[in-house]
Amino acid sequence: MGGKVRCFIPCLVDQVMPEIGFAMIRILRHLGYSVEYDPAQTCCGQPGFNAGHWKESRQVACHCLDVFNSGDGPIVSPSGSCTSMMRHHYRELFEGHPRASDAARVGGQVVEFAEFIQREGRLDDLRGHYAGTVGVHKSCHAYRELGLRELPMALLRGIDGCELVEPEGEPVCCGFGGTFFVKFPPIAQSMGRSRLLSFTALQASVLVVNDPGCVMQLRQAAQREELPVKVLHTLEFLDLAMFPREAVSEPQR
Amino acid sequence: MSRNAEFLRQSAVIAVDEVHRGKLDKAMRNYRVAVNRMVDQQFTDWEALRQQAAAVKDHVLGHWPEMLEQFEQKITERGAIVLWAEDAEEAREHIKRIMSRHEARLVVKSKSMVTEEIELNELLESSGIQVIESDLGELIVQLCGEKPYHIVTPAMHKSKEEISVLFQQKLGTPPTDDAAELTMAARAHLRQVYVTADVGITGANFLLADEGAIAVTENEGNARLTMGCPKVHVVVAGMEKMLPRMADLALFWPILASSGTGQQLTSYNSIVRGPRQANESDGPETMYVILLDNGRSHMYSDPRASEALRCIRCGACLNACPVFKTVGGHTYKTTYQGPIGSVITPHLRNMKDWQHLSHASTLCGACTSVCPVAIDLHGLLLENRRQATQEQADDAFWRFAMRGWSFGMRCRWRMEWGRRLYRWLGWLMPIPQAIRRSVPRLPAKSFAEQWRSKEKSSSGDTP
Repeated sequence: MGGKVRCFIPCLVDQVMPEIGFAMIRILRHLGYSVEYDPAQTCCGQPGFNAGHWKESRQVACHCLDVFNSGDGPIVSPSGSCTSMMRHHYRELFEGHPRASDAARVGGQVVEFAEFIQREGRLDDLRGHYAGTVGVHKSCHAYRELGLRELPMALLRGIDGCELVEPEGEPVCCGFGGTFFVKFPPIAQSMGRSRLLSFTALQASVLVVNDPGCVMQLRQAAQREELPVKVLHTLEFLDLAMFPREAVSEPQR
Repeated sequence: MSRNAEFLRQSAVIAVDEVHRGKLDKAMRNYRVAVNRMVDQQFTDWEALRQQAAAVKDHVLGHWPEMLEQFEQKITERGAIVLWAEDAEEAREHIKRIMSRHEARLVVKSKSMVTEEIELNELLESSGIQVIESDLGELIVQLCGEKPYHIVTPAMHKSKEEISVLFQQKLGTPPTDDAAELTMAARAHLRQVYVTADVGITGANFLLADEGAIAVTENEGNARLTMGCPKVHVVVAGMEKMLPRMADLALFWPILASSGTGQQLTSYNSIVRGPRQANESDGPETMYVILLDNGRSHMYSDPRASEALRCIRCGACLNACPVFKTVGGHTYKTTYQGPIGSVITPHLRNMKDWQHLSHASTLCGACTSVCPVAIDLHGLLLENRRQATQEQADDAFWRFAMRGWSFGMRCRWRMEWGRRLYRWLGWLMPIPQAIRRSVPRLPAKSFAEQWRSKEKSSSGDTP
């Protein structure tokens, strides 16, 4: 059981929300994987790519290739957005570039956490307990670009005691959008608020989100709007439910 | 004020307007329910149909010049006059000449976004010609002195109550908030117009190459009267509206109706093959078809952006877009709003003034997922951003900022120092409060730093 996995820690996790990264490592180790992490890694290059600055994006992405190209085995990422960037968009970014084959190789090894667990057939090994109504926000890039659809829900099926809820219809964007939230703060904030309200209307006390960008966006929105909902990355939630600890065992105030 | 600054200013106001959001949420919810039901009922394989529709439109783009010529030849044989307009100005000149030739004083119009594109109403009014919109939604925005809010539902932002007050003031309608009564009031107002108008102007949803015909889709019967009653019928159509065969309507009518309004088919669909023929008893004596380029062939020459010429203007991407729902249609200040507008406006007008719209998207992909002709809308927004940067049409601040970002991100210690600088001196930096509040307090130690110290202390595989 298990094997060797490499971790991709997105810049937002590394620099803003390190807890998400440690939650992922605890869970992977719990499942018996030996975890490798190279602290030289920084960012996949998506911010520059999405802003239209491909030259700058490529420079950052090349650094990412340098870090991961030498190793082998799955690269597990806690972000569908970074995964999609490396798996899909590196193809465009490196089209006709000397490092196109490196990009294809590394991009092909990146796997989003839930995808990895499903691929390994370990969905039922994530066992834990959490009492309460838990909202599930499916992040757009994981949902539409990786096609994860129902996987964010399936990932939580081993956690008993909680009711998983989500608003009717297709998932709606939280308003993060990378540079979008910097360029158009009023729109981003209004979108964040509106998305949160659709979950508080369902009495969710915890909102589980599968991408670090969306976690930051919705967490800050909850704080700004003083809404009674705790926003957690899926991995933080799993970590909490699988390994209850004294200090954090009662997140519902 | 630059277009971008104007967009930002207006979006800040409307983004917190709860009444506006409430009206849109309600309209969109009804739309979504209807569309989902229709797509489920009507099509066994929606995805395959999208691909098929895309393939038909790509075939058109591959044979565009031939099809346009075929269309012109066929419809000219039956007596219609085809006029080509390279840009809005040329279209306006054609229309001015037609108006004076037929001594037009009163014009009735049915819904057409392309006439918005060439600002036809402003032209006619400045020439002393009265123009009346016959589509209910268009009539409402015309009476308000506004521009259409949405390419399919121009008065989406108006509540019944607002329309009631408007009709009391402008049409002398007795107070009522009954939608049917309001509709009948508009209808009574319009009936006289159809029979007295000198010219009827319509758009075309499709141009049919094999038949040399135009097809018009509507729900109120107003376009049919606009085309049929006046002595002169003028069609203004974008050149990209082409379909190879009349038979293709079997696919395009249902997908347009499903995606546009959640209907199986719209209530009225007309195919017009020319003016009144010798053996016919009614219809216009003269028919003009103005084929508008206005940037379309420029888009055609762009290998990626040309994909957007597939668009059939159903409005599905607007309705799916969370940004549209937040800022509404007027904030864009474009003829075509929402994702498709943000994709094509920089190409139809210019990149420099309009590229900011390509950034006004989170790239969530909701638009792409609903497009009935499978346009990669969010991919094209991304492509616009790249082009804007390449042409240096974006703003200089971001060029500078992205260089700094790239420099900082290529190396671990530079990234760490970036965080420390923000932690210590961020309060001194000229960062707007709104952005500050979207970022939490940064941790003293990054993941990598914490990892190093943890691994050193444990040096084992324990969690």
